Amino acid sequence: MAVTIAKEKWTSQVSELVIGTEPNVVKVGGEAALPFLHFEGRIPHRPVVALEVWDMEPEGWPAVLTSAFEGVLNDPVAWAKKCEEYGADLICLSLLSSHPDNKNSSPAECAATAKAVAEAVNRPLIVVGSGVEAKDAEVIEAVGEALSGKNCLLGCAKPENYKTITATCLVHGHSIIASSPLDINLAKQLNILIMEMNLAADRIAIDPLVGALGYGLEYAYSIMERARIGALTGDKMLAMPVICFVGQEVWKTKEAKSTAEEAPEWGDQVRRAILWETLTATSFAQAGGAIMVMRHPESMKQFRAHIAKMMEPNVY
Amino acid sequence: MILIGERINGMFKDIREAILNRDPEPIRYWAKRQFERCAAFLDINTGPTVDAKDQPAVMEWLVKIAQETVDLPCCLDSTNPEAIEAGLAVHKGKALINSTTADQWKMDIYLPMAAKYGAAVIGLAMNEKGVPKSAADRAALAMEIVVNADANGIPMEDLYIDPLVLPCNVGQEHGPEVLEALRQIKMLADPPPKTTMGLSNVSQRCADRHLLNRTFLVMSMAAGLDSAIVDLDDDALLDAVAAANILLNKDIYCDSFTKTFRQR
Repeated sequence: MAVTIAKEKWTSQVSELVIGTEPNVVKVGGEAALPFLHFEGRIPHRPVVALEVWDMEPEGWPAVLTSAFEGVLNDPVAWAKKCEEYGADLICLSLLSSHPDNKNSSPAECAATAKAVAEAVNRPLIVVGSGVEAKDAEVIEAVGEALSGKNCLLGCAKPENYKTITATCLVHGHSIIASSPLDINLAKQLNILIMEMNLAADRIAIDPLVGALGYGLEYAYSIMERARIGALTGDKMLAMPVICFVGQEVWKTKEAKSTAEEAPEWGDQVRRAILWETLTATSFAQAGGAIMVMRHPESMKQFRAHIAKMMEPNVY
Repeated sequence: MILIGERINGMFKDIREAILNRDPEPIRYWAKRQFERCAAFLDINTGPTVDAKDQPAVMEWLVKIAQETVDLPCCLDSTNPEAIEAGLAVHKGKALINSTTADQWKMDIYLPMAAKYGAAVIGLAMNEKGVPKSAADRAALAMEIVVNADANGIPMEDLYIDPLVLPCNVGQEHGPEVLEALRQIKMLADPPPKTTMGLSNVSQRCADRHLLNRTFLVMSMAAGLDSAIVDLDDDALLDAVAAANILLNKDIYCDSFTKTFRQR
């Protein structure tokens, strides 16, 4: 019996975000259909992976994770090169040393680190601050200037600091990450505020603040789903690609951190931790996530194997 | 909500004079102004003072000027099939034919015409006997249009049923019937046809016209209205539609919702 494939008709599409400069550019977004439903509309770009690099040596990371970066965790340039070697699409530099409770590094120090990393690798750069709004504004302002013209993705902009970060992006030719805490209305409003400063819609990535598998993943998932349906039906204020900070959420869960001795019923930690990060990322790809910021190179590899399958055209 | 700007109509003095003098400026002005105020279509009506024999040429002229000015489709509004076809022949994009009734002879003219030009079409839920009194009779006539549209290969998304609203000072009892008809029309087919109405008719010769218009528009939206021919210069009306879009969960809320609604 012939099966009629029900096709949804969409009227609009997600904007296309370009990060980096030729020949090292990454393009995301541009979808004219829900994730991987190639038969309903064009899906021009696969979801990409940014591997995370810190500007200070992380504490409390499990050996499963640190072993992949042996000898480079205290050197952001070497760490970034390692990520490039692993084949990351982008490098995500987290300037956590700028946090007042960490080293409280100055904006100038952060800018110098960002510049050194940018010069050492041939990958587009995402640079984010420590999450302290006022400090991030100062840090990203300096970083944006130091990386002028490199078309990086800078963040994370929140209602408290979006003005400075947007201005930096405008002046120095970068794109912005607009962060909102699991709140679609706030996400939309923040995009509007940023666009009112004349930064184009195709220079914004939405960060909906995702949770890890088992830790509220479904909240972010449903927000991303609703925003995407809005985007495809003409809501231009939500039609931006979504960035998911997967690694930072996954690697603080007990499922990723507990050793097999601590939790024998959960089995081998390496397999479990990597699966946790992979599954969190693949779930968000299914909800429309375009950029996955991850930590473990093996999770990236497994995520990509899944994406390669999902990107096979399914035309009816 | 698909808003159709009502202003390019020979009923209005400035448009009537523009047509008489073949002065394109007022047409350009209203095309641009209604575009900026989020029109999805521009209604184009030659008005009653143009002779039937001149209507096709006037329609063609109006459509050309409107579409040269803004990138919007037109709602070709005439009781003269030749005028409608003249508009269709020069129209860019998907036009909206305004309108056929449920009379078979009219449907036999307009529905094949819509199919030929790939246009959408408004179907008035009335026939030569006039506007029905009840919701059920409106729905019955709507069903005849649905069946005929389908037979002509016109998809339901291109069919706009108008349940016909009457001025509330002469046909007050029609108000609730129109609302009920909207609900019933949405159940006639799956997917259902679209719905529309000439909103300003509800307040003809009434006091507080803007208040009546926007109140009935919001009530109708809740009953299943997809589109309306409206006065886009009415700011309170646009605000009310923006609010109704939020409350009906059609648009995603944000603090600037009245402003974002007006952005194209």
